[in-house]
Amino acid sequence: MSTLEIKDLTVSVETEDGPKEILKGVTLTINSGETHAIMGPNGSGKSTLAYSIAGHPKYTITGGTVTLDGEDVLEMSVDERAKAGLFLAMQYPVEVPGVSVANFLRTAKTALTGEAPKLRTWVKDVNGAMDKMHLDPTFSQRSVNEGFSGGEKKRHEIAQLDILDPAFALLDEIDSGLDIDALKVVSDGINDFRARDGKSVLLITHYTRILRYIKPDHVHVFVAGRIAESGGPDLAEELEASGYERFTSAAV
Amino acid sequence: MTAAVQEALELGTVESHLHPEGSFDVDAHEVPKGREEIWRFTPLKRLKGIHDSAPFADGATKVEVEAAAGVSVETVAADDAVRGTSGLVPTDRVSARAWAASTGATVVRIPTDTVIEGATVIRHHGTGSETAGAGHAVIVAEKFAKATVVLVFEGSAVVADNIEIVVEDGADLTVVSVQDWADDAVHLSTQHAKVGRDANLKHVSVSFGGDVVRHDFTAEYAGPGGSVEALGLYFADAGQHIEHRLFVDHTAPKTKSNVVYKGALQGEKAHAVWIGNVLIRKEAEGIETYEENRNLILTDGAWADSVPNLEIETGEIEGAGHASAIGRFDDEQLFYLQSRGIAETEAKRLVVHGFFNDLIRQIGVPELEEKLTSTVEAELAKNINTLITKDNV
Ligand SMILES: Nc1ncnc2c1ncn2[C@@H]1O[C@H](COP(=O)(O)OP(=O)(O)OP(=O)(O)O)[C@@H](O)[C@H]1O
Ligand SMILES: [Mg+2]
Repeated sequence: MSTLEIKDLTVSVETEDGPKEILKGVTLTINSGETHAIMGPNGSGKSTLAYSIAGHPKYTITGGTVTLDGEDVLEMSVDERAKAGLFLAMQYPVEVPGVSVANFLRTAKTALTGEAPKLRTWVKDVNGAMDKMHLDPTFSQRSVNEGFSGGEKKRHEIAQLDILDPAFALLDEIDSGLDIDALKVVSDGINDFRARDGKSVLLITHYTRILRYIKPDHVHVFVAGRIAESGGPDLAEELEASGYERFTSAAV
Repeated sequence: MTAAVQEALELGTVESHLHPEGSFDVDAHEVPKGREEIWRFTPLKRLKGIHDSAPFADGATKVEVEAAAGVSVETVAADDAVRGTSGLVPTDRVSARAWAASTGATVVRIPTDTVIEGATVIRHHGTGSETAGAGHAVIVAEKFAKATVVLVFEGSAVVADNIEIVVEDGADLTVVSVQDWADDAVHLSTQHAKVGRDANLKHVSVSFGGDVVRHDFTAEYAGPGGSVEALGLYFADAGQHIEHRLFVDHTAPKTKSNVVYKGALQGEKAHAVWIGNVLIRKEAEGIETYEENRNLILTDGAWADSVPNLEIETGEIEGAGHASAIGRFDDEQLFYLQSRGIAETEAKRLVVHGFFNDLIRQIGVPELEEKLTSTVEAELAKNINTLITKDNV
């Protein structure tokens, strides 16, 4: 069970001309078992929201709160947030040369559960997760994300989601750079995850096409650093038909 | 031609110090003052006088030999004709002094057409740093021979040595020099290789311990088609000076060189120097060369100098390039690992192991792999709580 509560969150980044405010007061509650989609135009601050929740050092929280079941997330270090149940699938997964996927996953799983995974089932679990994402077993021996294609990186993120099994998944543009087959594979992975008990998903996307495969409970339109409108799945349909214009013109 | 060559050509004339006149006469080499190009990075004051006139004596190190079956290891007199067969002529005073002071030479010979299983290990154990020792070794891989020779240096000592490597036509030789010295050791080593027609040399330098460790590795080719892979791994701690000077002299056509040195530095006044010189002579058409040096600065107070230098006298080459970097932990990498639940210090350990892993694998000596990984681990354990990121610089 977990409820993620974001209240009046304001965030800025350091730029050459001083701090620049990007999130201008975001309020959003995601209950256990819910899937929320955040949709917004380029540069509206979607990744900033995801990274801020996950604790990336680049972003400065200037106001507001983020709590997970009442615990102050903003007080936690990055790894503590992961241990509290948060998982961020990144828009641009990072390459870590010389660190094998197998070693990375094992180290992460050990850190999250506090004990080394049982050898007997572990290899099977990892291979199974890779296989579901159509990544062949040799990926385990490769360096983390190094030389992976854009689509392979995204599928690797979802394989991690499967193996690390967090309570709460933040998926930042998991659909970008995927062809239609890969999009289906990734969506299946996310739906499998959602089918587990009490899992929450925040699906950040620019396009509506992934929503054909993943049905959100709530849709939020994100414009210029805040939520411009919230609604049900029909809001996504409106965006599909008429784009962001109604919202962006209102924001100016 | 690659962009890198274009760029190097456009740099115009570099003042060349790549092919100085050598001499066996000690007095032909002036006592370095510190401003000379080849000495400007080296802390002369800490050399215990071996660059000047400090006496050499026998017995500075105890030598233990574990020869693989089929490899002969013997000691010959200083006037034996095998000395100098690599073409080594001292180009600095320390090398010339070591040459003159050596009372003998260790000769490792791998006979023609033999493929040797397992490594031949020559272990030098320093017995104290009060008196300096001069050493000489000649490693000869005869035609079409294949073998691995590992030189290990440990304990306390002040040593100047010349190591000659002769790789005859078609031979395939790996030479690994591991400097695992105690904290007070001083080691200045001149290692020169002559690589025959279609022969391969893999030269590996691994430096962890010692107060001052300076290794000059030079390679030349005796015929076309030869290949040199020079790999280096170092870990400089507080106060340590680790210097590698490489010079690959492409003296023959169709030859190859690939130089990759990686180092981590930690602690107050840890200093690493890497000078990578490559000369492509007029006659060296169709050659390929690449050199790379990467330094990872783990804590404040450590610094690295990295100077790649490519000098090209012919445009008729297959490829040439270089890369040099001095960096700190990458925030994005650490964030990615931490966002999967891995604590910061653990994430840093992973990144450092990752940084060295490819290189350790390329060394290709299974006997060493585990030892190197665990030594990296032990080095990391010293400072793991004070490791810095770009953030808090
Ligand atoms: N270091 C920086 N300096 C200046 N502006 C920045 C900096 N970092 C981020 N920004 C700006 O913050 C805004 C929000 O960026 P963010 O990546 O969160 O957008 P996004 O909604 O995820 O966009 P996309 O759909 O392209 O992924 C952008 O306008 C971006 O240019
Ligand atoms: Mg984004």
